[in-house]
Amino acid sequence: MKVSLSILLFFLCLSSSVRTLAQYYDTPKEHDCLKCHSQQTYSFHNELMGTDDKKLMNPYYIIDTLGLREGVHKQFDCTDCHSYDYTTYPHNANLKLEPLATCLDCHGGDESFASYQFDKIQEEFQKSVHYQAYGDNFTCAKCHSQHTYTATARNSNSILEIVDYSNKMCLSCHNDMRRYGLVSGQENPALIDVHSWLPNQELHFKHVRCIECHTAVEDELMVSHNIRAKEEAVRRCAECHSENSLLKASLYKYQNLQERAEDGSIIGVLSNENYVIGSHQIPILRTISLLIFFAALGGIIIHGIFRIIYKK
Amino acid sequence: MNSTEDKIYFYPVWLRIWHGINALGIILLIVTGITMNSGFEKGLIEFGLNMKLHNFAGAIVSLNYLVFLFGNLITSNKKFYIVKPRNFLKRPMKQAYYYAWGMFHGMQAPYPLSEKRKFNPLQKYAYIMVMYFAVPLVIVSGIGLMFPELIFNQVYDISGVLITAVTHSAMGFFISIFLIIHLYVASIGKSPLDNFRSIVNGWHHITKK
Repeated sequence: MKVSLSILLFFLCLSSSVRTLAQYYDTPKEHDCLKCHSQQTYSFHNELMGTDDKKLMNPYYIIDTLGLREGVHKQFDCTDCHSYDYTTYPHNANLKLEPLATCLDCHGGDESFASYQFDKIQEEFQKSVHYQAYGDNFTCAKCHSQHTYTATARNSNSILEIVDYSNKMCLSCHNDMRRYGLVSGQENPALIDVHSWLPNQELHFKHVRCIECHTAVEDELMVSHNIRAKEEAVRRCAECHSENSLLKASLYKYQNLQERAEDGSIIGVLSNENYVIGSHQIPILRTISLLIFFAALGGIIIHGIFRIIYKK
Repeated sequence: MNSTEDKIYFYPVWLRIWHGINALGIILLIVTGITMNSGFEKGLIEFGLNMKLHNFAGAIVSLNYLVFLFGNLITSNKKFYIVKPRNFLKRPMKQAYYYAWGMFHGMQAPYPLSEKRKFNPLQKYAYIMVMYFAVPLVIVSGIGLMFPELIFNQVYDISGVLITAVTHSAMGFFISIFLIIHLYVASIGKSPLDNFRSIVNGWHHITKK
């Protein structure tokens, strides 16, 4: 009886401790960090003036508490990555100067994360236009928020969800004037205009990841991280649309009509550069045509030789 | 024998002009067509320009085809394209036999050309097939590709655009083969270049019996 009671007690303790861990960020208002970092404002006692001050929270320091609970790092405490000194409040301003741990500090050379190939990702990323332009300032976190990141591409069964999640990473800057400016110091080009040449733009955006056209494919990696300069992006429809003839057909019609809508003059119509891909790649027809061609050529050569011999 | 006596004025001016435009147009179409099919991204001519050349040449050859149709309709040239049902297969066979065997063994041409007969039977059949079958089909399918909304959407599971494109290139291919044979057979004359001179100046040498 005593033994079974102690076992029960042990399991009760264990389950409650696991619960605590899983529920760690569940009540942000009671969490030491989140009670400020999930709010628009924060308050502190201004010892210099002897007043209670209320300030606006930097919007980039407001944590998505819902995302945090779903993210891959949900079991970590804030101070596992951020300095322990942040537990003092108000925070010491000098803490900002401390470098944060990078992803590879934990994930680099880690056997338990070998399948994620973090080192290979780093290698590929360093070839990318992001790294070339901004160097080490362009951290993984620019795209992959450590607070909320989920391995959607690995875990989701929905292509739409994977595409959406992936594209949101790009769009978080490329479709956001402020965030784009924070990194690049320039205005971001309007995505819709830049991609206006793309037929059925909206559908493409919904069903195709940006990286499909904007990265150099690396077979070894699940997701290519070598994002290339815009000049090197895929622009040839044929690179994707080369299997399904129906797809090609509708694309051909679309493109053709689109161009005629822009310039309907005879010269405009004749100047279109559309082409039905693959209509000459039907193997049986190719074989037959080669046979006919060589038969005709052979006939002519033999006849010609006889004409030379007989001087006709 | 007077040298003018064995010459016939075969090709009137309109026909020679039509033929000249057709020849240049079709050669351009074949070259640009093959370039497109080759699949080389960096061909001799840039792909877009190649397409444009093909479109323009196609339009010119199509309009020129109307010249051929109306020319034949209003002149007596049409009679050379009429096939008599009698000996429908025997006549071209005889001509083929002459080309393959007879001409090397002292045989006289079975269908010597005259004012009444501009084409030998084999020639006539080939021209009819090209001018009244392959060329119209290549023009119609070409128009279909230029205006894809005119094309039926699907035949069973195959897209209309694809069928049209395949028809277009298949007919283009047959016309190319025709051209090769046409040029070769044209070299069988009084001298290898004689017939080429004829289509330029209109006068054709005939062999009198």
